Amino acid sequence: MAQSIIHKASTRGEANHGWLKSAHTFSFANYYNPERIQFGALRVLNDDQVDGGMGFGEHPHDNMEIISIALEGSLQHEDSMGNVTVIEPGEIQVMSAGTGIYHKEFNKDADKPVKFLQIWVFPNKRNVQPRYDQQRFDLDSHKNELVQILSPNEGDAGVWVYQNAWFHLGKFDRDTEVNHALHLQGNGLYAFVLNGDVVIDGQELGTRDGFGIWDTDSINIKASAGSELLLMEIPMEV
Amino acid sequence: MKVKILVVCANPNILRVILRLINANEDWQGLGTSTFEEAKAPLASEKFDLLLIGSGLTQAEEQGLIEYAQSKVPNTRIIQHYGGGSGLLSAEIYQALA
Repeated sequence: MAQSIIHKASTRGEANHGWLKSAHTFSFANYYNPERIQFGALRVLNDDQVDGGMGFGEHPHDNMEIISIALEGSLQHEDSMGNVTVIEPGEIQVMSAGTGIYHKEFNKDADKPVKFLQIWVFPNKRNVQPRYDQQRFDLDSHKNELVQILSPNEGDAGVWVYQNAWFHLGKFDRDTEVNHALHLQGNGLYAFVLNGDVVIDGQELGTRDGFGIWDTDSINIKASAGSELLLMEIPMEV
Repeated sequence: MKVKILVVCANPNILRVILRLINANEDWQGLGTSTFEEAKAPLASEKFDLLLIGSGLTQAEEQGLIEYAQSKVPNTRIIQHYGGGSGLLSAEIYQALA
């Protein structure tokens, strides 16, 4: 019997630092809610907006798979491995922080905000060699279907991570019904609605709502025209 | 009485950041070492509420550290730190102390 949990957008932890506005689905930094720690290996889902010209100064990370998905604007990244990159909508970035990495990230544009999701997934292996990757995906050529943007397998579609996780994005310009099967038994699915209205296994969801479902092999998705959806398949045991 | 936390992390820059964050909380007191060997002395002489294992130790070092801590201070709670900074640190400590 499938189990599920809903996290309505309005119940997320809000942080407003002036230049940075963030909504935390799970406990993060000064937002601590013991009922909202993680969904399996999915530990962080931050919905960030950074003002023009501003950003996060140099700071460390370790032992975490850190995934950024740009929604609007341009996010510049610089790290201690020498990578200097920019991600824009249609791109996904991953850092396996492993033994430790320093990076900074800031809005490349001086006069308009950058909006992006920052997602942290517990790795299935501690203290790996740090690594960085970035890839482009094309949702406009694959409307009304789910496009894989992340997997555990190097060479598979999208970026890869040290975890048995698969991420898909969908952009729908007409009412669409999709059945989506999980890759691995024991995994759960966390759906995050980027825009519009989506119904998953009968649960109605709106913009920025999150919905976790586990103890199931597949889900049924009814996406309304104009909706966008991020689906994250995640191990439930960490 | 402050919560005493021993942090063992092989990456000196990350160790410095974690200790700064811990000691910024007036209810917590952090002490750090970079290796399992260095951690033995404080574990043998002081009572810590929490042992936080950071990055860069080998699996054998982590295991040795856990076993040593459990033998010397059985009531100390032991957690692995993830993330390397401010994002998860507070939640990890609150959860461990709950």
